[in-house]
Amino acid sequence: MDLRSAIETGHAWLDDGVARVAAGPPAITRLFAAAGRHCGRAELAAAPGWTGDQAARALLLLALPTTDLPRYADELYRHGDPAEKLAVLKALPLLPIGAEAVPLLHDAIRTNDTRLVAAALGPYARHLDQAAWRQAVLKCVFMGVPLKVVDRLTDRADAELATMTAGLRDERAAAGRSFPDEALSLLEV
Amino acid sequence: MRIFDPHIHMTSRTTDDYQRMADAGVKAIVEPAFWLGQPRTSAGSFADYFDSLVGWEPFRAAQFGIRHHATIALNPKEANDPRCREALALVPRYLDKDSVVAVGEVGYDAMTPEEDEVFAAQMAMAVEFELPALVHTPHRDKARGVDRTLAVVKESGIALDRVVVDHLNEVTVGAVHDAGCWMGFSIYPDTKMSPDRMVEILRGHGLDRILVNSAADWGRSDPLLTLRTGEAMLAAGFTDDDVDKVLWRNPVEFYGQSGRLDLADPGEQDATFEGSSILRGGS
Repeated sequence: MDLRSAIETGHAWLDDGVARVAAGPPAITRLFAAAGRHCGRAELAAAPGWTGDQAARALLLLALPTTDLPRYADELYRHGDPAEKLAVLKALPLLPIGAEAVPLLHDAIRTNDTRLVAAALGPYARHLDQAAWRQAVLKCVFMGVPLKVVDRLTDRADAELATMTAGLRDERAAAGRSFPDEALSLLEV
Repeated sequence: MRIFDPHIHMTSRTTDDYQRMADAGVKAIVEPAFWLGQPRTSAGSFADYFDSLVGWEPFRAAQFGIRHHATIALNPKEANDPRCREALALVPRYLDKDSVVAVGEVGYDAMTPEEDEVFAAQMAMAVEFELPALVHTPHRDKARGVDRTLAVVKESGIALDRVVVDHLNEVTVGAVHDAGCWMGFSIYPDTKMSPDRMVEILRGHGLDRILVNSAADWGRSDPLLTLRTGEAMLAAGFTDDDVDKVLWRNPVEFYGQSGRLDLADPGEQDATFEGSSILRGGS
């Protein structure tokens, strides 16, 4: 997917920003915060699942020298507003960063912001250990986040997750509250 | 009645308040950074607070269909504590965030040399980041505090119609009106202004450049006093359009100068996640 051409507005700003980041990594701090104001926040027709600001922010991250990338990804996430945090999480699978950004997933999963929890369970979650991954999937069920956000769900779902899910289902049943139908598939491992 | 509360500290309010506000017609709010009652002891405490103002609090507000923006600054009271002073260096980073629509609350508490320095430094940031400024005025020695405040504002070089001087009353409104700044009024149950007194000020000074807020926080205050002021205006013979100007169009005009005001219905974007409600409790 070509994010650069999928972006619908602000190309001149973005191209200049990418060049500035490549020349001097500290430039990314202010550019990263401003991306939504230049490249839009709506979902991109040519890149489903990506918004203009997310695509622009991913391209800014990709412009960083590889050696600087882990430090800036961490810093931009930790000092970011939710849209910036979301953009970092979304970009992780595209970045040459190995498993270094796993602490960011742990942070996102601890939040009660459904957007961040969901974004933490994309393809980069392959670096999450199984215990943390199960807790995050169960949290999705608990918060009503659709399970389609979870990458490789059927591959990774295991008997322990089935036990945990059954526990939640039983609590909900005892309380007379609803339980999402789609989560019943987790019980069939 | 649609209401934009241009100054309210939602961090200190409950979800019940959000529900009552939404039911009363509050659709947008600005939450200024200020002190929290309990003194902070480090810059890190400010970082968490500022993060909350651009992160968790807008998320909470969105669940009630309320659009939340913030103003960011080191407040004058804590500018006097050397342990908190480092927070001044954190401010610029937050001024770049999409939902930050002004520098504030800046201004004076006890009018110390430390406050002079931090006030002037943050007015310079407002100029640099091309943002409006929300200026708090002291609760003690207020009249002289307002004069001194206006001198600092003018000295900064900021356009005066990009500044709101807040917590005004009958005694202090004239100087701010004559200076060309916006005039902010906090309507409180006991102190500051009441709805009826506010109506008298509107009669005397007109409706232009006036912002009416509840400034509700952790003290005895009421997030619906914006609504009560609108009702008092109607009872006094002002029209629905007058009320709309004071309680909606004026704050939109003032904070719109930031170029960052986003009044799209958050209910469409944030309060549901791919069609699922997130209104249930947290985990």
